[in-house]
Amino acid sequence: MTVTTPDTAATVEFRGLRREFGPTVALDGLDLTARPGELLALLGPSGCGKTTALRMLAGFEHPDSGEVLVDGEDVTRVPAHRRDAGMVFQSYSLFPHLDALDNVAFGLRMRKVRTAGRRTRAAELLELVGLADKGRSFPHQLSGGQQQRVALARALALRPRVLLLDEPLSALDAKVRLTLREEIRRLQQELGITTLFVTHDQEEALSMADQVAVMHAGRLEQCAAPAELYGRPATAFVAEFVGTMSRIPGRLVEGGVEVLGQRLPIDGQAPEVSATSEVDVLVRPEAVGVRAEDAGSARVVATAFLGAAVRVTVRLADGTEAKADLPTHEAAALVAGAAVSVSLPQRPVLVAERTR
Amino acid sequence: MARLTLWRWGVLGLAGLYFLVPLAASVVFTVDVPGQGIDLDAYTQIFSTGGFTSSLLLSLELAAATIALVLLLMVPAMVALRLGAPRLRPVVEVVCSLPLVVPPIAFVAGIGTVLKWGPEHLSRTPLFQTFVAIQNPDFPFVLVLAYVVMALPFVYRALDAGLRSVDVRTLVEAARSCGAGWPQALVRAVLPNLRGALLNASFLTLALVLGEFTVAQLLGFQPFAVWIVNISGSQAQLSVAVSVLSLLVTWVLLLTLAGFGGRTRTTSRG
Ligand SMILES: Nc1ncnc2c1ncn2[C@@H]1O[C@H](COP(=O)(O)OP(=O)(O)OP(=O)(O)O)[C@@H](O)[C@H]1O
Ligand SMILES: [Mg+2]
Repeated sequence: MTVTTPDTAATVEFRGLRREFGPTVALDGLDLTARPGELLALLGPSGCGKTTALRMLAGFEHPDSGEVLVDGEDVTRVPAHRRDAGMVFQSYSLFPHLDALDNVAFGLRMRKVRTAGRRTRAAELLELVGLADKGRSFPHQLSGGQQQRVALARALALRPRVLLLDEPLSALDAKVRLTLREEIRRLQQELGITTLFVTHDQEEALSMADQVAVMHAGRLEQCAAPAELYGRPATAFVAEFVGTMSRIPGRLVEGGVEVLGQRLPIDGQAPEVSATSEVDVLVRPEAVGVRAEDAGSARVVATAFLGAAVRVTVRLADGTEAKADLPTHEAAALVAGAAVSVSLPQRPVLVAERTR
Repeated sequence: MARLTLWRWGVLGLAGLYFLVPLAASVVFTVDVPGQGIDLDAYTQIFSTGGFTSSLLLSLELAAATIALVLLLMVPAMVALRLGAPRLRPVVEVVCSLPLVVPPIAFVAGIGTVLKWGPEHLSRTPLFQTFVAIQNPDFPFVLVLAYVVMALPFVYRALDAGLRSVDVRTLVEAARSCGAGWPQALVRAVLPNLRGALLNASFLTLALVLGEFTVAQLLGFQPFAVWIVNISGSQAQLSVAVSVLSLLVTWVLLLTLAGFGGRTRTTSRG
């Protein structure tokens, strides 16, 4: 289909963005770059400034300091309607008085495209999002998922240089969410359009994005490909925000860390620990080994069946809890209260400062 | 179910009686001359008395000007209030409700004082001409100004209800990300969704202006309401005929307005 193929996708760059709303600091020096044609997910807890960052790129919000660059060009002072950015909002944002076709054609009408031309193009776009037969339906006659598809078509109608999606799926039910996110990804790759996707759902971010930027309190914690983010988190915050992490107490020793009676090398840099050498070792549930053993000092607290695996929560001798994922057949003997021993594989581990 | 329907008809019938009995009595009174049967004299008399058309036209012109002015003033103000300063809303609400508290008599006394004071003190300035112009009896703009103030409480409430039911911020932002500037976003994305509210506001303002007597009378102008009172004078039959007629005129106008709004809605839907 010849709907949109931007000759060159745009680079988007945030430089030192700062924004305060009264006492709250929404963005605290955000630096971030999206490469041409890639889907960058902005991931972070509620209130960390994701929406604010996106709205700055759209032109609805202005930074106190810092700048927004598109293709190296400073657009900080460009008003929203000249930004060339298509946006899909979290809430349903279709114009209630227009049918789907006119909604999609709205931007073309603003650009003074002839009626025939904009009809054709709007119909093409509706077909692209799989709603060719719904052109004459009004928003209140469409389901939530259909409305967001129309909103997506509307955002793409002007062939924008960047596509901005602010939690477009959060109001939809789980099943629609899954299909729609695959569809968004397919479209985005087909069109090769640089896309910023805000979400607080890590699974969504990891499964769709080329790069995931994890934000925390208005700053960028780490921006990396999903696999790297999961496997080699740069900070303790990222480690614990993305996926599940357990903290197991350990002690820094010469050339490594001592944890659960094992001595393991440290992945990356060991944290600066001043007075004591007490640290926490961060482990993913799939890395934790749990074996039933009558002499074991740990106790099973709870088990949860996840399908192929069982997530076992164990309480260690010192009272900390750790989570482990075991194949279902291995976990049969592990009932709540059973004595077990816990071990880690001989691999470098992430170490973080003790928080308790 | 049947009992419920019965109840409904009962209530409707009672309400209808409450309105229709006095109305029917009035009509009968105006057309029935004892001993001579039906006679439309009272009505022909109204039309033969000079000033019916001119005063009605004046009232309609005043209403149109008031509606235009009050909407031009209030719609942008209230949208801006929603988008920019939601915390100011209670203040604006109170200010817009003040005309309900100030009696029209006090209001018109104030206006009269200003109109007298103005020409005396400003006779050497160009403002003098302004004072003369707004009191032109063919189109007393000062009445429009007064009616705008008096319509504020109703217009505020009608618009506020309309704005509550749409997400103005998202609509404006969606329009702007589609390449619409501020005025276009307002006209193309927000206003069409406020049609009901705009219609309500116009409706209330029209009814207010058509029925307004105190201010117009005391400032010495003669729109429809004042004319009715003037010609009815001491002739009982004529005065009742006139009030029946004014009721009909008001209804026809309001129905026209409603029909107009309703029709545009259905055509845009179809
Ligand atoms: N217009 C505003 N006025 C005042 N405070 C604001 C405004 N917009 C955002 N904030 C504050 O800025 C911070 C960041 O908000 P933002 O909407 O960017 O968060 P978010 O990461 O999108 O969160 P969520 O996942 O809940 O949508 C929050 O503390 C929020 O309360
Ligand atoms: Mg948000």
